[in-house]
Amino acid sequence: MSTRLARGGRLIDRSQPYEFSFNGSPMTGFAGDTLASALLANNQMLVGRSFKYHRPRGIVAAGPEEPNALINLGSGARLEPNQRATTTELFDGLQASSQNHWPSLNYDIGVVNNYAARFLPAGFYYKTFIHPRAAWKHVFEPIIRKSAGLGRAPREMDVDRYEQAYAFCDVLVVGGGIAGLQAALLVAQSGATVILLEQTAHWGGRSPVDGDIIDGMPAAVWVNNTVQALEKLHNVTLQLRCTGAGVYDHGYVLADQKIADHTPGDGRPKQRLWRIRAAQIVTATGAIERPLSFAGNDIPGVMLAAAVRDYVVNFAVSPGDRTVVVTNNDDAYRTAIALKQAGLDVPCIIDARAQVTGDLPDRARALGIRVEAGRGIAKVIGSKRVTGVALCVQAGEGAVLEEILCDAVAMSGGWSPVVHLYSHCGGKLIWDTSQAHFRPDAARPPTGVDGRAMVVAVGAANGAMTAQAALTDAANGKAAAKADVVDEAAMEAVWIMPQGAGIKLKSKMWLDYQNDVKVSDVQLAAREGYESVEHTKRYTTLGMATDQGKLSNINGLAILAEALHTEIPQVGTTTFRPPYTPVTLGALAGEARGAIFQPLRRTPMQDWHEAQQAYFEPVGLWRRPYCFPQPGENHEQAVHREVRNTRSALGLLDASTLGKIIVKGPDAGRFLDMLYTGVMSTLPIGKCRYGLMCTENGFLSDDGVVARIDDQTWLCHTTSGGADRIHAHMEDWLQCEWWDWQVYTANITEQLAQVAVVGPNARKLLEKLGGMDVSAVTLPFMTWIDGTLAGFPVRAYRISFSGELSYEIAVPASLGAAFWAACHAAGAEFGAMAYGTEALHIMRAEKGFIMIGDETDGTVIPQDLNLGWAISKKKTDYLGKRGQERSFLASPDRPRLAGFETLDGAVIPDGAYILAAGTNANGQRNTQGRVTSTYYSPTLKRGIAMGLIRGGLDRMGDVVEFNTIAGGVIAAKVVDPVFYDKDGDKQNV
Amino acid sequence: MFEPVSALGHASFDGFASIAEIGPVGMISLRATADVKGLAKAVKVVTGTAVPRLRQIVQAGGRAAGWMSPDEYLLILPYADTAAAMVALDKALAGQHYLAVVVSDARAVFKISGDKADQILAKLSPVDLAKLPIGEIRRTRTAQVAAAFWREEDGFTLVCFRSMADYVMGLLKHSALPGSEF
Repeated sequence: MSTRLARGGRLIDRSQPYEFSFNGSPMTGFAGDTLASALLANNQMLVGRSFKYHRPRGIVAAGPEEPNALINLGSGARLEPNQRATTTELFDGLQASSQNHWPSLNYDIGVVNNYAARFLPAGFYYKTFIHPRAAWKHVFEPIIRKSAGLGRAPREMDVDRYEQAYAFCDVLVVGGGIAGLQAALLVAQSGATVILLEQTAHWGGRSPVDGDIIDGMPAAVWVNNTVQALEKLHNVTLQLRCTGAGVYDHGYVLADQKIADHTPGDGRPKQRLWRIRAAQIVTATGAIERPLSFAGNDIPGVMLAAAVRDYVVNFAVSPGDRTVVVTNNDDAYRTAIALKQAGLDVPCIIDARAQVTGDLPDRARALGIRVEAGRGIAKVIGSKRVTGVALCVQAGEGAVLEEILCDAVAMSGGWSPVVHLYSHCGGKLIWDTSQAHFRPDAARPPTGVDGRAMVVAVGAANGAMTAQAALTDAANGKAAAKADVVDEAAMEAVWIMPQGAGIKLKSKMWLDYQNDVKVSDVQLAAREGYESVEHTKRYTTLGMATDQGKLSNINGLAILAEALHTEIPQVGTTTFRPPYTPVTLGALAGEARGAIFQPLRRTPMQDWHEAQQAYFEPVGLWRRPYCFPQPGENHEQAVHREVRNTRSALGLLDASTLGKIIVKGPDAGRFLDMLYTGVMSTLPIGKCRYGLMCTENGFLSDDGVVARIDDQTWLCHTTSGGADRIHAHMEDWLQCEWWDWQVYTANITEQLAQVAVVGPNARKLLEKLGGMDVSAVTLPFMTWIDGTLAGFPVRAYRISFSGELSYEIAVPASLGAAFWAACHAAGAEFGAMAYGTEALHIMRAEKGFIMIGDETDGTVIPQDLNLGWAISKKKTDYLGKRGQERSFLASPDRPRLAGFETLDGAVIPDGAYILAAGTNANGQRNTQGRVTSTYYSPTLKRGIAMGLIRGGLDRMGDVVEFNTIAGGVIAAKVVDPVFYDKDGDKQNV
Repeated sequence: MFEPVSALGHASFDGFASIAEIGPVGMISLRATADVKGLAKAVKVVTGTAVPRLRQIVQAGGRAAGWMSPDEYLLILPYADTAAAMVALDKALAGQHYLAVVVSDARAVFKISGDKADQILAKLSPVDLAKLPIGEIRRTRTAQVAAAFWREEDGFTLVCFRSMADYVMGLLKHSALPGSEF
């Protein structure tokens, strides 16, 4: 059994016990424990089930590479699925439960898959995705979804908050082991600004556990001294619990820092995502130990040798009373020695190498540990827990020599440098035959803007596997700290144990624990022709789990290479992509949630609208009132009232969102003549003109009223959603094409609040406010003047989008709310009521005015909308002119705008098509056009619509049919699109 | 006459640094290239300062001139003085190609003060604040919207678009919440 030792544990504080629970069972641990060490201390080795076969799974590792110990952490609004127990710091009250089990961890019905493994072979997904397709939807997917899967998505909103932050430095060092500390110290002493990241809560990495002696002192003391030295330097920032997640172009690095994961609810942000820009990146990310492939290597109790050592030394936890060590290298002997020194039994060290010599084996032998050279494990005995191992000859086929009783197995297949961050941005790897691993190839690094190495790997991450080698490598030619040298013999690559194992054993040798990929699966993939490592990965799902192959990658490659009768470097690796370890969505979203999920723009009158309980609709990033329902009204009733009131009395519209762009300069007139289809250069000062803007291709892009302010200055109104886009469009042409034209633009949309005063009583209101002459003589239709109204400095435009007598009054935004209130107060006696965008839309449709985004969709040219009158025939050029001359756009067959009057007064549904006879080649009904705007007109008391129809106004009087979703059709007569006051008598008073 | 009202009515928040919406502040956007005749005089007359050089903001007695781009300056002055300033600008730059427009009402202005004020901006803007001395203005973004800010003795002044003021206040508050200091 696994248990807490009576003494030791360099990271735990026995004076601070914590209560926690696993699957509802109360357990205790200590401050400084990880959840994994605390589970082991409570003899909870079994922590989950595998993804496919639901085999029992135990803790394998002690760090981020852990494939099995994924748990649901917390509950309710703090539930987090897929948390690795090995990287979860224990806190008092922690709740954890295992996932991927049903009905319980100990009795998992899915284990039946174990016996049905041949029905879920490698390539199952590939094969069944192709055929039969129907079976996926109805058979495979429901079954797989029920029996497989990882954690459950939380149902409640996350109560914690997250944030992001930017940081900059000359040198970013990722990894706070001895190599990272050495590199950071030397770089910082040279004066450069340094940020040093460490993913755990402790500095020093493996070195203190491995018992290194540095500069004559235990590694932990050297680490402490070095950290203190770094803390004294003002140019150094140290960050614990901060994982370098991804390296991107130009020295950009994402790092995920856990702030309050271990202190939930303490008011701090849960996590902070650092967005770091570094001139130089040093990865000191260490190495990860590899499993060995022997039958039953997934049975709970089989662990990585270094992880066993970590649990004993760091947490005073023994994974087992009797631990067999199986290895192909000297490092695993440190585990045997550590176990023995902790008073635990090590019945045997099984070493695949024929010759075992060197300091560490000698020390093990001196402690009385039996060392079996040239041997391997034929199979592990046990089901939910190791009970023993069968010894065999490594060079043989697995004939059992002896069974050794044990309850834990510590395995080491060698070490793989953590090359992820080095590889994210294109750094290439080289195969190191002597250490049987890929390490960064310094000759092919990821490069920065200057073509030089942007990322440099040091220490174990660079294949410098001993303390002295790592320190020297990290010092980069400067004087490094001196570590005592331990003489270690060469490791020997072992990819299958025993070497001659048959299919039966190979079918129980697990490569990828989480995704249940075995040696036999990779060999099957190779036989079926999946020779590319990327294809094999996807075919077998090797390395596709949440651990992204941290344990399985190299072992899988080696098996594939062997099956293909080629060398590992020829097979290559799969691509390393960010993030190194999973980053929670909350951290990626940062502050962008709730009220600040996205910017919502507010007009100066927004508070008033909210106080009136307006119903809002999005217009770009604005929220504009759609209507202002009064008590007892639904939205439709409110809209109809607003239309009737505006047409009969007085409507007030918050038009502040309307885009307003100042264009000024000696070439401004010429510029606007190119931008608009009409002529703006000849517009007299004080007058307004409606204009259309097209894209280069000729399609209608925006419209609005242009006012001539002075000799060199025009004010261009744009649509509410188009202000920023049109301003950018103007600057694009000015900066990139007509850079020698003397024109300046300024977007002053937000400088001015604008109020549309609309209806028969509009003039009465302005006259009552008083201060300027707004009569038809002084301020006729399509003119503007400056003045004051009720003491407010205003610019009054006499323009109309409704067909009524209408003014738009612009006031400085700081006075907007006051002016709006003044209009309502003074207008009460004239029946003033606010109206929203829907009433606006209906009134413009009644007048046959087009709306950008309704009548246009990026495929419509002004000529389609009968707007030829707004296109200058005299101008030699304007943006879109050449495009509109192309044969398809000039074709008389294009659908053109017309009005539609339903025969029975019904309202045509949005998006309806105008039907034509027959069907097309696909058997679909032919169409001859579509509706673009359709409303119930409260003024005319029936449905009105505009639409694009082949033949346009030439079709006047024709009766056509619109389809409906329900299946029927609506008959409508083609009519003039101006339904209301065609002669303009109402607006020209 | 009505008093001009700032976007948020002087909302404020005290976290590990203090946030205060101020204003309205008088601002004129002046577009002109540095070689325009009369520019130095025009800027001097309105702000009492020299024409700011690349990335500079120069201050004098509560007025300031900031460099916004190779052909744009932000002139800062008392809100009530913009009309007179526009007249002075038009006089100083008569006959030249330039554009001066009052933008006082198009902006919201925030003061961020306290020892850790820089941490608030570090969470929102991709700016190396260690390399932003007093006297420099930075045009950048705060989270999803455009902003500009400059360092002062006790913190920063930040300018954003008026319609975004509520969003920016939300960002600043979130970033200033106690417990989230580095």
